[in-house]
Amino acid sequence: MSDVPVVGLEDVTQVYVTDREATLAIDRFSLTVQTGEFVSLVGPSGCGKTTILSMIAGLLLPSSGQVHVLGRAVQGPTPVVGYMLQQDYLFPWRTILENAMIGLELTGQKDDASRAYTLHLLEEMGLQHTANLYPHQLSGGMRQRVALVRTLATKPDILLLDEPFSALDYQTKLQLEDLVAFTMKQHKKTAILVTHDLSEAVAISDRVIVLESHPGRFRKEFQIPDAIRNAEPFYAREQEGFNALFHEVWKELESTERRTT
Amino acid sequence: MESTSAGNGQIQELHQAHLLRKRKIQRKVLGTQLLILIVFFAIWEVAGRNKWIDVLLFSYPSKVFTQIYHDMLDGSIWVHLGATVGETIVGFVLGTLLGTALAAMIWWWDFAAKVLDPYMVVFNSMPKVALGPLFIVGFGPGFMAIVATTLSITVMITTLTVYQSFREVDPNYVKVIRVFGGSKRDVFYKVILRASFPAIVSTLKVNVGLAWVGVIVGEFLVSKVGLGYLIIYGFQVFNFTLVLSTLVLIAVVATVMYQFVAYLERKLT
Repeated sequence: MSDVPVVGLEDVTQVYVTDREATLAIDRFSLTVQTGEFVSLVGPSGCGKTTILSMIAGLLLPSSGQVHVLGRAVQGPTPVVGYMLQQDYLFPWRTILENAMIGLELTGQKDDASRAYTLHLLEEMGLQHTANLYPHQLSGGMRQRVALVRTLATKPDILLLDEPFSALDYQTKLQLEDLVAFTMKQHKKTAILVTHDLSEAVAISDRVIVLESHPGRFRKEFQIPDAIRNAEPFYAREQEGFNALFHEVWKELESTERRTT
Repeated sequence: MESTSAGNGQIQELHQAHLLRKRKIQRKVLGTQLLILIVFFAIWEVAGRNKWIDVLLFSYPSKVFTQIYHDMLDGSIWVHLGATVGETIVGFVLGTLLGTALAAMIWWWDFAAKVLDPYMVVFNSMPKVALGPLFIVGFGPGFMAIVATTLSITVMITTLTVYQSFREVDPNYVKVIRVFGGSKRDVFYKVILRASFPAIVSTLKVNVGLAWVGVIVGEFLVSKVGLGYLIIYGFQVFNFTLVLSTLVLIAVVATVMYQFVAYLERKLT
């Protein structure tokens, strides 16, 4: 069982069809993610990062190729996979607790135990006092933490993070990176992060995958050394070798952009 | 709040002064509004009594209010008032519900939306009260025909407005439901319908006004009972005091109804 990858994409191709044309968004992309790994996808806009997440989440079926989650071919959204969006998208008419429990409600797991677990997660994020408040009463960082609780409440094995820190101010972003990295380790979740922020990707991940665009394609993979990997994201940025690695990834990304422009 | 050099007392003082100024302006506005009303009625009264205007046509306030007073005392007005208010409430509530249901249907079934689109546009641009005679023949001259006239005015515009609001819901909210494996039903009830609540309540407000048009026109045509009937009757026997007193009643009742729905809107959203 342990040698079955949590997520496996084999030669996945995705074609978007519009009235005007059909475009190749993803071209023969393969990816294997092991249990407990934290993988980041970086690349210029148009490289299909979000498309890849959508396929793993089962929101989108590939035009060709295979997507496997826990060894099973993906046919639609499953509770095994959690998805965190760029912004919190909490429902303004629901309280924080009701928002956090919507996944449980939709998957038919809403009961006293899951409610207690959700409250426990809120407490872990320092949000216990907000359970009965409404989203507009919370700051952006707090709301994104609620969104994280909402994603974790259904106990998914895999978390897909679609630029979840991009809409936050810098300080909040750093705090939340630490929190997410810590939470993933503590709950032993596998995570795939899509981001524009290279330093974030290097600081938080075990592995960084650089994509190129038009069509979206695998370009290069970087293994993050243990010293950086094991430090909290905030301190990882001060580790030896961080800057060198950052520049290497940066150069790689730049060369993909030069190719397309 | 940090303490500042101005001190707490002075800040409080400024706040009090601000409130005082605001109240003063409010009183001024209300006073002017009342003044306009009183002057209007006074001029009307004086002009009527001195025969500067045609009394047969324009009557004057004391006559109008005496008429209302007598009609209330002998009880004859309540039947008409009750009928009209009943029809209007049924009209705008049912119109909003049916319109929303229709919007839900075409949201659910995209094909239907595409097919029905031109028909809805044509029907919506038609002067619906022209259908009145058909309703009278179809439903008989009474309550049903009048409600049908009202619905013909309210349903389509409600459908179009509510459907528009359904479509404007941020797709990312839908994504939140979909990633948890939520069905189309979940998407509709937990997001689309709930997010469109303010739009639906605001069409309710518009429909109050439209329902009054439908009901009065319906009563003109059916001519049996109701405030619309009283207007037509007053017109036919050339009793314009009756016509004007009915108009005053309509203005009062319609305002009360509108304010009630506006209150409901504030409570619900």
